[in-house]
Order: sequence, then C-alpha cells, then structure tokens
Amino acid sequence: MGNMEKWVSGGTSVSEKDIKAGDIFHTFDSLDCEYTWDCGKAIGKYLSELKKGNIIAKKCNECGRIMLPPRMFCELCFRPTDDWVYVEDTGIINTFSICNVHWDASRVEEGEDPPLPAVIEINGATKGMGILHLLGEVKPEDIKIGMKVKAVWKPEEERTGAITDIKYFKPY
Amino acid sequence: MRDVAVVGAGMTNFVRRALETPKELSYEATKNALDSCGLQLDDIESIAHGSAPDAFDGIHQKGEYLADGCGGFNKPTMRVYVGGATGVHSLIHGWYHVASGHFDTCVVVCEEKMSSAMPHAQAFFKTIFDHTTERPLDPTLLWIFAMEMKRYMETYGYTKEDMAIVAEKNKNQGIKHPASQFDTEVTVEDVLNSEVMAYPVNRLDVSPVSDGAVAVVLASDRVARQITDQPVWVEGVGWNLDTAYWATRDLYYPRYCEKAAWMAYDMAGIRNPIEDIDIAEPYDPFDYKALHHMEGLQLSPKGKTVDLLKDGYFDQDGEIAMCPSGGLMGVGNPIAAAGTMKIAELFWQLRGEAGERQVPGSPKLGVAQAWGDLMQVSSVVVMGN
Repeated sequence: MGNMEKWVSGGTSVSEKDIKAGDIFHTFDSLDCEYTWDCGKAIGKYLSELKKGNIIAKKCNECGRIMLPPRMFCELCFRPTDDWVYVEDTGIINTFSICNVHWDASRVEEGEDPPLPAVIEINGATKGMGILHLLGEVKPEDIKIGMKVKAVWKPEEERTGAITDIKYFKPY
Repeated sequence: MRDVAVVGAGMTNFVRRALETPKELSYEATKNALDSCGLQLDDIESIAHGSAPDAFDGIHQKGEYLADGCGGFNKPTMRVYVGGATGVHSLIHGWYHVASGHFDTCVVVCEEKMSSAMPHAQAFFKTIFDHTTERPLDPTLLWIFAMEMKRYMETYGYTKEDMAIVAEKNKNQGIKHPASQFDTEVTVEDVLNSEVMAYPVNRLDVSPVSDGAVAVVLASDRVARQITDQPVWVEGVGWNLDTAYWATRDLYYPRYCEKAAWMAYDMAGIRNPIEDIDIAEPYDPFDYKALHHMEGLQLSPKGKTVDLLKDGYFDQDGEIAMCPSGGLMGVGNPIAAAGTMKIAELFWQLRGEAGERQVPGSPKLGVAQAWGDLMQVSSVVVMGN
C-alpha cells in the first residue's frame, strides 16, 4: 500500500448510544424558513387548472413537444413555448418504488401504508414526459411498469391549486 | 493550455460520526496530500475545494468556513458544488487553475461530514426537489434512486441478485482499503436479506453515510517532475448537465454521463474506451449505479453489463478493473470526498502504490466519474501515467 498508512488520520466513531446518553455536544436550531415562492406563469396556470380538475400542458411548435409540467420556454429549442394543451388525467407507470422510509428517514410503521411514488407518463403529453406523483388504491405487489392509471382528485371544495389536488393515481 | 499532473494525494479514514470538525477533516486530508509529495503550504499557489449541501453542516456558505482547513487562508481559493458530482468536478476546477497557466500548483480538497445533521442527513435532501410540483408529495432521495434502479432493471431484465453482485464485489474489495469504514465481508444473500428501504433498494444496495475528506495536489508540467518522478497526468476532463425535469428523461440510461465521458475521451485522444481504459472508478452510491455508469462511460455495451460482471470482466484482475478502491459502496460515501477518493485511487493505482488493491499488469489509463444533483450531472476525469 505504498506509504499510504502514514497518511491516514485516525478517525473516531461515535455510536448512537453516546448521542442518546448526552455524551455528545448537541445543539438544536429552529429556523423559521418561510418563503413566498412565485409559481411563475406556467406553473401558476398548471396549478389553477388542477384546482378545476384539469391537467394542462404547453406545446413547443418548433420541436413539437407537449410538455409537462408546462413551461414558458422550451429548454431544447430555447424559445418561447406556444399553445396551451389540455391533456388527459390518465397515464401509464414509467417506473415506481414501494418506499419504507419517509422523507425524514423515519421508518414506515407496522400497519402504515408505504408511500408509492411513481413516474407517470400522462396521456396526451409527449411520450416519455412523466411527472412525479403517488399511487393509491393498489396493492404494492400488483404495481407494474406499463400499468394504466387514472388521477383520483380531491373533492372540488378541498382543492387548493396544488399538485396534491390529485390525491394519487390508481389503476383503471 | 498546459499539461497538469496529480503529484500527491491524501485522505482521512471514512467513518461514521467523526469527532473531527469539517475543518479538521479538511486539514488532515490536505496535510496528508502535501506530505505525500514533500510540499509545504507555501509551495501551493491556489486552492480548489468542494463540498456538497451546506444544510448537512448547518453552516451556510460552507466554502468560506472550510477554507482555513483546506489551506485557503490568504490564498486564491474557490469552491465548486454540483452535489454528488462535486468530488470529480473539483478536480476539473483545480485543473483549470493550473492548465490556464495562472498557477503552477493547486491543492484540490473535498470534504463531507454527513453525521452532523440530526436525526439523519437524508431529510435535507427534500429541498433539492422542485418546491411547487414535487416537494408537497414529501419526496425522499431514495425515491428517485429506487425508481431509476427499477427502470434500469426492467429495461434489460436484470434481477435484484444481479445488482447485489456489485454490492458484494465492491464492499469486499473495500475491506482492502485502509481508509474504509467496513471490515466485514458481505454476500449476495446478505444484500438480498437486508432491510428493504425503498423497493427495489435494500439497505446493503446503498453506500453508508460517512464523514471524511480527500485531497490531491496538482502541478503544471513545468514543475511536476521537480516534485516527483511519477506524476500522473490529467489526460482528459468532461462534464455535462441534463434537465432538472428528471421525470421526463428515460432513467434507464445516463445520457449526461455519456456526453461527459466523450468530452473527456476526445480530449485524451481515446477512440475506443473499452480497449484503452484499464481502470474505471464509476460513481457507485448504489450498487446498480456502478453498472449504469459503466454503460454511460462507454465501458460496457448497454444491457451486457451484468454478463460481463459475472464473467469477471470488471474484477481487480479483469479486463477493466471496476472500483478497485471498493468505491462508495466499499470505502464509504462522504459525498464530495467520495468522488475525490476515486481520483486518489487512480493516482495510487497508476503509480503502482495501491497495495492489496493494486490492479495487475501496470495499468496505464484510468477514468473516474461522479454524479449528482437531481440525477442530472456527471463529471469525468481520465488519468494516465
């Protein structure tokens, strides 16, 4: 190993137990991070259409792509996009996971439903144009790539103009 | 443009929960790298360093904070940050400092301490997703890896067992690395029987959470041979960035990696990478990613990679040694430092100093690659002796 040994510093491992026992210096910061994010023109319209129960895309007449999420400029042609296009609220599963871990790395508990994220290619958008969403009303073991799925919308009065106005996609 | 050589390398152990601060880790790696080639900080004209998300340490603009430990005090110092690709991108960034003719020497140092964030660094990855269209779904980084792995396996009919072979190979290879955080052998069975994190990803399909730092010393052709008889030359560099609309790409193939690889190969004058490259250090935070990236690096025909893996093509003594260091799976994954560890491995391998891990037959050319952000950026460096 050449003379690498002499280069290696002594690392020191600390166990979870040491932290719990309070043997490790620990501090807690609670940051009040609030943001007023601008949705922009394209996502703003996307969200307001979701509130009405529609999925809307944007087309670039140069490359012909019908894009989701919609965007005001085509990143391939680098020009403004053209027409707004209503697409279906159905699609196919491009890929998926059955997740036993929450976003904060905590484990899904016994009896709790695992999050079922998927990339869903929406019918009416250009083939391969997927969006990230969740699956529901399906047994995890039955999920397949290529499965046809349809949006399950929140009741109209509960919609807020957010991606979560679609609760999830279910097989149909 | 001047030729640039790596003339020294050093690293800390990769560990879970180091007691050292990020600055102390950076100092250890930097000092070790300088000692390895008999230089003092005074001999160094510029510093290039890299570290991944600030949120891990709870220190915003961590580059400036780390600069002291990197030897950057009162020196021209720059930080590069492209998520997981940082470790190799920082080398490219240092290469510019010297290739431009502006400096004769540069230290490249990358550091990551993942353990400061409580209860788990994973939570901080939520904020890399789009705030409006994705974050309300409570995504974890595991989702995109799991979905990419699923898509990759489905496209070619690869199985979970096939992927686990990589975990077994890299983890067991890593035991030979003196800085590795592992000392226990694992089998394909162990991988398949480990906890399912996010199907199809099991716990042992994933690299560990680590703390550590790695540094290398760069020198221009003008001074490299005065520093060492065995400079290792940076033959080619390449990088590429794909769209942040990650769900609109076909995840089975890393197109950005292919583009970055050809940029580096073209510069190095390589026409047939499978023939020319002796050692590959593809970025392997997950086992499938090593194979995914071997295809992107043009070192294996699409869909044939598992066959070659099973035939021993990628073993330490195979046609192309894949991750002889043990990779992130085998040594550990302090994000930015892990990429630079691959650069350091090529340096040691091409000088014949890799000990038990040494690839036989006097290897001539190696490629290191890293990958990050929303699965969209790759950096590639070709090194030769």
